[in-house]
Amino acid sequence: MGSGTGLGQVRGLGSAKSGSHHWWLQRVTALGNILLVLWFLFSLLWLPGLDHKTVVTWLATPVSAVLMSLLVINVCWHFRIGLQVVIEDYVHGGMRVVTLGLLHLWTFGAGGFALFAIFKIAFAGTHA
Amino acid sequence: MAACSIDWTIWPPRFSINDTDKVFARLRGALIALKVVAQSQPPLGACMARSSARPLSPHLSVYKWGPHMAVSILNRAMGVGLATVGMVCLVWWLVAAATGVEAYDTFMGWATFWPGYVVAIGLTFTFFFHLCAGLRHFVMDAGAGFELNTNRAWAWGTILGSAGLTIATWLLIFWKGL
Repeated sequence: MGSGTGLGQVRGLGSAKSGSHHWWLQRVTALGNILLVLWFLFSLLWLPGLDHKTVVTWLATPVSAVLMSLLVINVCWHFRIGLQVVIEDYVHGGMRVVTLGLLHLWTFGAGGFALFAIFKIAFAGTHA
Repeated sequence: MAACSIDWTIWPPRFSINDTDKVFARLRGALIALKVVAQSQPPLGACMARSSARPLSPHLSVYKWGPHMAVSILNRAMGVGLATVGMVCLVWWLVAAATGVEAYDTFMGWATFWPGYVVAIGLTFTFFFHLCAGLRHFVMDAGAGFELNTNRAWAWGTILGSAGLTIATWLLIFWKGL
């Protein structure tokens, strides 16, 4: 960003037209992940047991369901832009397009399943 | 008087040797110099003619392996591990819980079987390592901690810290009997 033309420096955007957007989001989502995953870990350790009834009762509370949904979104976002960098560094040519497509599929697929599971537990409950 | 001379007044110019011994002495000297240069330099092709006293350019393939490099590349590998193996486990756990008690018990059966413990403890370590290494890179993003000893200390701190946090977590899990 620092060595371009005057106008380029003001805009702060390179030829990719996105500048440091991903770099910054990686840090923001990292901070979110620290808070959310540590909350998740402490919550599980705090539970009296990890049997189905205890876990589902805990997940169905509004605070747990919302924070757990945020965790899924934040984790997916973080690994989506993180793995994109890894793929762009090590995979080349047509395989890069394929791998990036698979990453998209994995992010939204896995995230979608996880979110739906949380919503079902929170709104509909599960049969015993 | 020069050991050899060229007479430019006639065409073609005539090359004549005035002192054969001097010419051979110079040739011998040049050969010895070439030999010394060749032995003191790594075989770098284009750099062969360079004097041995001058420093070589920084060769990116010549370095000593250190903890900072290990932490840096492991952080990447562990990010990939968390996004794949970790995400599979999280989705499986959530979907099993939403499906019902039987599916959930199947998950817990795998999780409490010994390969399940290996994956779970591995994921715990991977998470803590990614967290500590991420914080280390966050400090380095700010431009701090690049001095050799500081950098080495932070790298070791990342490895030992994440190992300690993993041990503490699993001691708590086994102590609580979860």
